[in-house]
Formats: sequence, structure tokens, C-alpha cells
Amino acid sequence: MAKISLKEWYLQKHHMHSEPIDYIQRTFEQYARLGYPPYQWVNNPGEPPFVPLGKALRDARVGLVASGGIYRLGQVAFHYKDDCSFRLIPTTVKLNELRVTHFAYDLTDARADPNVVFPLETLRDLAELSRIGELSPHAYTFMGGIYSSRKVKEILAPAIADRLVKDRVDVVILVPV
Amino acid sequence: MSSAYSITRSVNAPRAVYLDFPLGHTAGKPGDKALQRKVMIDTLSALDTIQVPGTIRTLPYRWATTDAWKDKVMRPASEKKKHADDRVERSTDPQYQFEGDRQAAELNLADNGCTDCIWLEPQDLGKQ
Repeated sequence: MAKISLKEWYLQKHHMHSEPIDYIQRTFEQYARLGYPPYQWVNNPGEPPFVPLGKALRDARVGLVASGGIYRLGQVAFHYKDDCSFRLIPTTVKLNELRVTHFAYDLTDARADPNVVFPLETLRDLAELSRIGELSPHAYTFMGGIYSSRKVKEILAPAIADRLVKDRVDVVILVPV
Repeated sequence: MSSAYSITRSVNAPRAVYLDFPLGHTAGKPGDKALQRKVMIDTLSALDTIQVPGTIRTLPYRWATTDAWKDKVMRPASEKKKHADDRVERSTDPQYQFEGDRQAAELNLADNGCTDCIWLEPQDLGKQ
């Protein structure tokens, strides 16, 4: 048996999970080491907007939006400098036409199986099993390493939201990385 | 869906599920269809059952038997590399997974443009 720390032993014994990685804190520490000013993370205080689903999932049209840098063979790939564009991916696409590009995470697993950042096949299967009404014909993807949250809020997010409204989705699964 | 609890907390999404996996695995492990399906069923179920705005529900799956993988994330490999910026340099050239993807995209662009590429900024609009 592999050696584990006392802390791990305790967590396992009591079926507990340890703390999530605090990425905000680690970014702060990384920037400090490199001598950069702190990164300004988006912070939205107060109660977020909340709309109940209003219908059964088996009747709902489900949309999919992912920020992991997925594109389709034949499309222009994302670039790495505040790329505010997005791609429309038909949800009938063949999985072997999906590609992944992003500068801020290890792409190995996403390239081996895009479902880990773009759960397309997972949702197609659940539609087949009638766990959801249907998958919207269009998924939308972008490369989330955009350092201007203003651009995302004012340009990218409204453009994608507009498409989703036109697609008449009831609910959207958002898959950030 | 989220694998970054503190960021999702700060963004304050209407509702979220949290999967305690390394970044790049928000929807599960590669090749593990059963887990991917469980994660998605839990995600969909959160839509039905979360009543309190801002709730983040932690999903009951573990990446590994220990959390050792968390120690190195975004931390220097050694004291010597403490001040080395190992992040990827950022350029405005499209970053293709395969060289063949570039050729396919450029053929498309020459033919009738990339209709499923949606550019939004003034400097990019010419690409369409």
C-alpha cells in the first residue's frame, strides 16, 4: 500500500474530502513571486439572478457552452491573446472532428477525450435515454483565457446569450475550465 | 459545472456543481463514460433541486485516493525556479492542435469564410 500522510489517512477514514484548491489565492501567490500586481478576479457580490427551470428536464431543450478552447476541424483555431471570438459547433458533430487548444491547462486528457471539457457525447446519450428533452442543435465554445473580464461581460457573453435565446434553449450547461 | 471552487464562489453563479478534479476535467475523467454520465446526471439534478441562489453543490467523486496532486498546482517545481515565468507566451496567431487543421481552416476561409467562427471585435471582423 502506498504511504499516505496522517492527514490523508484521517480524511479517508472519515470519508472526507480535503479542501478545494484555492485558485484565487494560488494566482495571488504566483503573481507575487513573479513580481506582478495581483490579478483582479471577477467578484459579483449579493444574490445572483436565479430563474427556476420551470419544466421537467425530460421536456427541456438543453444548451451547451464550454470555455475549454474547443474548435472543429475546418474552423479557425483560437489564439492565445484575449481571443473574444466563439465557435458554433453542431451537436451532431463527429467526436473525431473536435480539437482543443488553450494555454492555461494540460490538454492531454481533453485531446484524448473531449467529453471531459465538452460533455457532448454524455448529453447526446442522456437525450437518447430521455433524461433530457433534447440537446440544442448548436453548442458554443470559446477559449476562456481572456484577461479582460470587461470584454467578456460586454462583448462575448451577450453575443452567446443572444444565440442561446434564438436557439430557444430552456437551460444551458456551462463548462468552464 | 466547476472545478475551481473559489472562482465560482467569487463569480457567484446562480447555481453550480463543484467537481474536485484537476483543471481540464470539469466533466469527468477521459474514457470513463460511466463517471462522465454520473457527473452530468448530478449536474442536471442540481437544476431541479437547488433552491437557494448562489448554491455550489460539491459532487461526491474523487480524482485519486489521495489529494497529493493538489500540492504542486501553480507552485514552482523547485526553489530555483521560483521566479521563472513558465506560462505560455501569448500571440494572436491561431493555435491549431494539428498542422492539418490549419490547412483545412485556410481552405475553408478561401472558399466561403468560416461561417461557424463568430468574431466580435473590430480588428477581427475582416476575417469573416
